[in-house]
Amino acid sequence: MELTVNRAKHSVLVDAEKPLLWVLREDLQLPGTKFGCGAGLCGACTVLLDGQPVRSCQTPVGSVGEAAITTIEDVASQPAGQHVVAAWEELDVPQCGYCQAGQIMSATWLVEQMPNPQDEDIDAVMSGNICRCSTYLRIRAAIKQAARAKGAAA
Amino acid sequence: MNAPFEISRRSFLSVSLVGGAVLSFGAWLALSDEAEAGGGDTVLNAFIRINPDNSVVIGAKNPEIGQGVKTMLPMLIAEELDVDWEQVHIEQTLADATKYGPQVAGGSRSTPVNWLPMRQAGAAARSMLVMAAAKQWSVAPASLTTGSGMVRHAASGRSATYASLAAAAARIEPPALDAVALKPDDAFRIIGTSRRGVDTPAIVRGTPLFGIDTALPGMVYAAIEACPVFQGTIAAFDDKAAKAVKGVIAVVQLNTGLVPKGQFDALAIVADSWWTAQQARGKLKVDWDTGTLKQFSTAAYARQAEAALKQAPQADILNKGDAAAALSGAARTVTARYDYPFLAHGTLEPQNCTGLFEDGALTLWAPSQAPAGGRAQVAEMLGIAPEAMTIHMTRIGGGFGRRLMSDYMVQVAQIARAVPGKPVKLIYTRADDVRHDYYRPGGWHELTAGLDGEGNLVALRDHFVSFGADGKPVRAAALEETEFPAQILPHVHFGATYLPTNLPTGWLRAPTSNAMGFVFQSFLDETAEAAGVDLPTFVLGLLGKDRLLPQVGRANQFHTGRARKVIEEVCKFASWDGKRPSGGNGSGNGGGNGNNNGGRGRGFGFYFSHAGYFAEVVDAAVSPDGEIKVEKIWVAGDIGSHVINPLNALHQVQGAAIEGLAQAMIGQKVDQVEGAVVQENFDSFPLLRIDVVPRDVAVKFVPSPFPPTGLGEPALPPVIPALANAIYAATGKRVRSLPMTLNSQTA
Ligand code: FES
Ligand code: FES
Repeated sequence: MELTVNRAKHSVLVDAEKPLLWVLREDLQLPGTKFGCGAGLCGACTVLLDGQPVRSCQTPVGSVGEAAITTIEDVASQPAGQHVVAAWEELDVPQCGYCQAGQIMSATWLVEQMPNPQDEDIDAVMSGNICRCSTYLRIRAAIKQAARAKGAAA
Repeated sequence: MNAPFEISRRSFLSVSLVGGAVLSFGAWLALSDEAEAGGGDTVLNAFIRINPDNSVVIGAKNPEIGQGVKTMLPMLIAEELDVDWEQVHIEQTLADATKYGPQVAGGSRSTPVNWLPMRQAGAAARSMLVMAAAKQWSVAPASLTTGSGMVRHAASGRSATYASLAAAAARIEPPALDAVALKPDDAFRIIGTSRRGVDTPAIVRGTPLFGIDTALPGMVYAAIEACPVFQGTIAAFDDKAAKAVKGVIAVVQLNTGLVPKGQFDALAIVADSWWTAQQARGKLKVDWDTGTLKQFSTAAYARQAEAALKQAPQADILNKGDAAAALSGAARTVTARYDYPFLAHGTLEPQNCTGLFEDGALTLWAPSQAPAGGRAQVAEMLGIAPEAMTIHMTRIGGGFGRRLMSDYMVQVAQIARAVPGKPVKLIYTRADDVRHDYYRPGGWHELTAGLDGEGNLVALRDHFVSFGADGKPVRAAALEETEFPAQILPHVHFGATYLPTNLPTGWLRAPTSNAMGFVFQSFLDETAEAAGVDLPTFVLGLLGKDRLLPQVGRANQFHTGRARKVIEEVCKFASWDGKRPSGGNGSGNGGGNGNNNGGRGRGFGFYFSHAGYFAEVVDAAVSPDGEIKVEKIWVAGDIGSHVINPLNALHQVQGAAIEGLAQAMIGQKVDQVEGAVVQENFDSFPLLRIDVVPRDVAVKFVPSPFPPTGLGEPALPPVIPALANAIYAATGKRVRSLPMTLNSQTA
C-alpha cells in the first residue's frame, strides 16, 4: 500500500483495517502521534489528512488513499504549523507532554482557519483534545499567540 | 533517545550524608584515575560530567511525570556548581538508588528530599574545581571565585574554564557533602528564575521520549487479557484461535501482581504488532474463576455504608475530650453526611512497559514513578536478584500516583522471560487502563459539629465509612487524627467503619486530601454559616495565635501562622469582602432558600497537605438547568522560602486547581458491578475538557522562612470545597456528594 506521509511516499505491507495510528507508530517509526483512547475520544492521535484534522486511531489505513498525511514530526511544513510549534515552545505549554502532539495538530488547523480566534472559538475546536494535565490556559494563550505571529508573517 | 546518564560503579566513593531523616541520602563522588571517561568528558560525581567544550551534563535522577522535576533538580545542581543554565545539558539517569539516592515521584517529596543534597552535589563539584585551580596557581582557594563555568583569581587576573580544570579536579578528594559551603540565598542566579521544561522542544516536535515510544531492534508487542474481576483467576482457557492469527508469537500465562505469587490471572498475547496482538486477544476463550468476588458492587457498598452509619463505628481514629457530652451541651449543632466515589487515574499515556530478558538478566524501560519498588516486586516475582535488572526511566505521560504501582513492570517481566532475547512492549488499551487501576477509594462521612453560645466550634464528630479490613483502612483511604481542625479542638471523636472490597486502591494526586478537603471544608462552611460568619473568618478564628502545632506521628507539622497568611492573602487577592458570600441577584446568600437557580456565587476553601498551605476562592455560575460554570479561581500558597522554578510552579498550581474541578464537577466516578469496574473509556469516565476551564487561575505565592516543599499536590484539595461552597452561595443548595449533580440535590 502506498502512503504519502510528511511529504514522502512510503509503501507499507499491512492489513487495510489496521488503524493509521498503528501504521504510523509501528510500521513507519513515527511515534510522535500518540495512542490515548483508541476510540476517538481524546484527540492524542490527531493527524492532518490533506490539512484536515482526523483521529488516526479511527482511520483504517486502507481508507486514506491518496490523501497527504501530516504528523507532528512534520507539522512545521504547514503554513500555521511553525507558528504553533514556536508558540507552544515559547509558552512552555506541555506538562507531561503526552497530549501535545494532538493538541498541536488540532491547533494548526484552527490557526489555518481563523486569523483571530477568541476563547469561544478555541474551546469549540479544541474540546476534542483532552489534556489530562490541564495545560488548557496555555493552550488558549499559545493559539492566540500563534495566530498573531502568523498574521504578522503574512 | 539519549543514552542514559551512566557511569561505571567502580569510579565512585560513597560519601554519606547525615543530618536528619530526609537527608539520609548517599551521593557518590568521583575517585581519581578512573574519572576520565571515554569521550574526553570528565565525571565529577554521579550527577555531573564536564565536556571539553565546557558544557556540563547534569543527571536528572527522578521520574518525570510532567511535574517538572527533570528541570528543577538539575537547576539546584547547576546553581551551586555555578554554571550558566545555557551551558547545561540534562540527561535522565538510570534507576539506581545506590548511586543516585531515592528516585520517587510521589507525595510532592522531590523538593524537600532533594533541596539540600542536590545543591551539595553541585557545591562539592565546584569546590573540587576551585581546589584544582588553587593548586595549579599556588593560591589560596578562598582567593578564587567562580561563575559561568569558570574559576577566576582576581588578584592575578587569571581564569580557567571548568573543562580545563576537570581532569585535575576529579583527582581531588571529594569534600564531605554536609560540610561543603552553599551559596547564600542572595547569590542565587538560577534558583527562583523561570526555566522552560527541558524536554519542551522535543515534545512539541514529536521526538520520542515516552515509555510507549520505546523502540528496540527486533521488538515485539504484547496485549494483556486480565480477569475483569479483581483477584479472579483462570479456570481454563483456549488459545488455539488466538495462536492461529498470523503474527502471533506466544500466549503467556501470568500473574498481574495483585494476587499471591504463583497464581495466574491474566494471559498475554505476544505478536509482531500490538494491533495484531489485540486482534488475537479477541479470539481467546477464557473461563475465569471469580468465586464469591461478584458480591462486590457500588450498590452493595452504598447499602453497607448506610447500615454502618446507623451503628457505632468499628474503630476509633481519634477520641479526645468528651465529644458526646460537648455536643449534647452545645448551644447549636450542625449535622451532615458527605460522600465521594472511587476514582480512576486516566493518565493519558496508557500503562505500558518494555522489557528484555537475556542471559538471566532483565532490562526494563519503565514509565514508573517508583522504579525501586518495581525492581523489588519484579525480583520477587521472577526470583532473580534485584541487581540483575537494569531499569531505564522514560518520560511519563502522566503519573498522578497511578505509576507508583508496579503491576505493568511485573507483567512485562514475566512476558519478557517467556520470549527471551526479544524486547517486548506491553501496552494496555484504555479499557484495560480504566478497569485495572488502583483506585482512589470512595468514602462516607457523618459529621456533627457543636458550637457554643458565642458561635465557637467546641466539638466535632465524624463517623467515617470507607474500605479496609481488620479495623485498618486500605491504601489511600485513611482519615488522619490531624485532620483540620481536630488538633485545635478540645472535643473530637473520629470513628471509622471499614467495608471489604476487592478493588485495589492507590494514590491519586493529593491522596486522601482530595477527598477530606472537600468533606471538611464544605462542612466547616455549613458550620460557619450556623455561627453567622464567612468561612475565612471562621477558620481564622479556629487558628488562633500563630504557632506550630505538636508533631503527631509522621504527619507534616501544621503552622497556624502560615495558614493564616495564605487565607488573608487570598482574601485580599480575590477581594473577598469578609461577609458570607452572596449570589447574584442578591438572593443567594447562603440562606438555604434553594430557589436561586441561575445565580452566581463565590466560595472559599483552605487545605494543608504535603507540607503546603493553600487557600483558594472560586467564582461559579449555575444555570437554571444545573449546569456549573467556573469563572475564575484565585490561589494563594505557601511552600516555603523559595519557589525554585516559578514558571513551572505556576503551571503545577493551575493544573492542580483545574484537576480538582475534574474530580468534582464532570461526573468522574468508578462504578462496580459484580466485582468488575463498569467504566472503560473517556465517555464513561470523562476527563476535563477545555470548554470547562475557567478564564483564569490566578496564583500568588506567599513566601515563609521554611525550607521549600513540593508543589505537585497541595494546590488541588481546596478547590473542590471552594467550588461546593460557591455553588451554595449561588443556589442555596449544599453539595455533599461527589461527583456534583445539581439536579438531584437537596439543600
Ligand atoms: S487515541 Fe485516537 S482519539 Fe484517543
Ligand atoms: S500535557 Fe499531560 S496530557 Fe497534556
